[in-house]
Amino acid sequence: MRAYLVRRFLFMVVGWWLLSVVVFIVIQLPPGDFLTNYIAGQEQAGTFLEREEIEALKLYYGLDRTPIEQYLFWAGRFVIGDLGRSFGSWRAAEQPVTKILAEVLPFTIILSTLALIFTYVVAIPIGIYSATHQYRPGDYFFTAVGFIGLAVPNFMLALLLMFMLFRYFGITAGGLFAPEYALAPWSVDKVLDMLKHLIVPVVVLGTAGTAGTMRVMRGVLLDELGKQYVITARARGVSERRLLFKYPVRLALNPIVSGTAYILPGIFGGNAIVAIVLSLPMTGPVLLTALRAQDMFLAGSIVMVEGALVIFGTFLSDILLALVDPRIRQERAVAA
Amino acid sequence: MATTSLEPTTGSGVSIREFTEEEQYYVASQWQLMWRKFRRHRLGYASGVLLVLGYFFAITYDFWIPYDFTDRHDKLSSPPTRIHVIDANGTWQMPFVYGTQAIVDPQTFKRTFEEDPEQVHPIGLFTQGAPYKFWGLFEWDRHFFGVEGTTIHMFGTDDLGRDVFSRTLSAARISLSIGFVGVVLSFVLGIIIGGISGYFGGTVDLLIQRFIEFVISVPTIPLWMSLSAAVPITWSPLQTYFAITVVLSVVSWAGLARVVRGKILELRENDYVMAARVAGAGNMRVLFDHLVPGFMSYLIVHLTLAVPSMIIAETTLSFLRLGIRAPAVSWGTLMQDAQNVSTIAVFPWLMIPGVFVIIAVMLFNFLGDGLRDAADPYR
Repeated sequence: MRAYLVRRFLFMVVGWWLLSVVVFIVIQLPPGDFLTNYIAGQEQAGTFLEREEIEALKLYYGLDRTPIEQYLFWAGRFVIGDLGRSFGSWRAAEQPVTKILAEVLPFTIILSTLALIFTYVVAIPIGIYSATHQYRPGDYFFTAVGFIGLAVPNFMLALLLMFMLFRYFGITAGGLFAPEYALAPWSVDKVLDMLKHLIVPVVVLGTAGTAGTMRVMRGVLLDELGKQYVITARARGVSERRLLFKYPVRLALNPIVSGTAYILPGIFGGNAIVAIVLSLPMTGPVLLTALRAQDMFLAGSIVMVEGALVIFGTFLSDILLALVDPRIRQERAVAA
Repeated sequence: MATTSLEPTTGSGVSIREFTEEEQYYVASQWQLMWRKFRRHRLGYASGVLLVLGYFFAITYDFWIPYDFTDRHDKLSSPPTRIHVIDANGTWQMPFVYGTQAIVDPQTFKRTFEEDPEQVHPIGLFTQGAPYKFWGLFEWDRHFFGVEGTTIHMFGTDDLGRDVFSRTLSAARISLSIGFVGVVLSFVLGIIIGGISGYFGGTVDLLIQRFIEFVISVPTIPLWMSLSAAVPITWSPLQTYFAITVVLSVVSWAGLARVVRGKILELRENDYVMAARVAGAGNMRVLFDHLVPGFMSYLIVHLTLAVPSMIIAETTLSFLRLGIRAPAVSWGTLMQDAQNVSTIAVFPWLMIPGVFVIIAVMLFNFLGDGLRDAADPYR
């Protein structure tokens, strides 16, 4: 167990490092260096930078050094929590990236977590139902819904749901708070209002992973239900309910837990799209505006932080897997 | 693919008796068996046929659309033109449309289009219209259908008065092909990296597997967004197109490499592989001549199921204005017009390109499902 966790932890750290290299390349990708772009942008806005200021920025980003040194500069500062400065693409204000992230990241994490919970709460019971009612109308119905859920792009689902809420219930689903709560201090009412606004994004984000999880649950459970031990138990008069939940369901949960590693990137990624369409104060719209303005430190930091969170989530799911699956806990586990 | 091409004839022209059905089963190649099973999977087979049709229309789109996709008409944001078969006197006619008049409400400035029952314009087939160069080979000005005297817009028009039907059909070319091109790229990457990983095993395998796990764990959409935002604005639509396919396959090869590796690990212990090696075949030869054909059917299934996610990804990127750029059109760029709820509420027909995305993706999923069942020898 300990060796397994240590290995997974090391893998997480290596993952973070690889991710940082990828993100640094992404930051460097746009033509021209960002300082030149920044100066040009500032001049367009009417502010001319002093020579000393430019020199200071050059020194800060290590622009006269080799790319590897620049990477080390950037990564080193990242580790101590200095993510560089945004060039003012978000809310037209030049400010530290950390400040913007502190504003949008909590909501992003809340939404992603809720979407993940939604996925499991919906997919696992449906998977169990489908497996125990194979080829009955209910199974076909959920299979069809799953296929449609897979086929509809996230942003379209968000648009359609918003449209229907607007058309038939007169609710405007965009944003995170009703206007009267937007600036109000936190209160029970404000939290309730936020949860109301989160329904559409959670449903949209959740459905993407639900279809796949449902199929896995159904498939594995069907395999388990056909096995000898289930038949033996049934022959001995064990009740159907106990028969189902005592072992087969528990076994079928394992691939679901390890599957979190695949669902999580989708949820965090889909987040970006849904937040843009529903204009939620989350990382998605910030990333999009930053990319359009080539505000690369802001964009890169978002990709880096989200990626790091997903890798951390994968690590958590590995721990969870070890907790639910004694084979991993006790044996010398074969990784993944 | 032929199903009954196995005529048991000898070279001298002397025909022996036909194979019985059972014998045909035993002499059929793996692909023939797959084809037979696939034919029986009704949903998968029907989806395959529809997709072939779809690609046919996408390739020959010039002919099927009444207008060029960049043509502007005076009807701005017009709803789909109604096609009538019963005229004002209540008698049946060949399909026709009425001429329309735009009326602007003086209070709300909302435009409505009123039909004028006096103006009857029958829909013609093979009508003369704007000239186009079919496949860049020869000029032609015949369109499958059209009307004279007025314009026909099956899916309405956008805010610049461009025909949404013509645009949707033209966009199919990019939207349907980008999935294929992207999948071919990931296929090449996946088969090489996965092949090396599975064939050589050991440390190489371990490193590649960890790397694949890493690639899978990166949130794809932010990465895609960042990469495609880096495509220079000065690039031509064709360059952008290929850049986007590269961006899409950067992430999606990983899943495929995993499948390839798993299958190779399974197959490489077989005796025939040892026999090939003893006979002096090199690593590459064993890998690509002897191992890859063994799981080709699985790969094709996997590829079919990878196309839809590529189509959705392209649509999403283009919708965010990070993908295909004007003047080129894809289903995603057409959806840009439907960015917010109020637009959809007033101009719902702008969502039609999205319906095509959903249909295409579902057809690919059904096709992949059918192929998977057909490729599974235990069913």
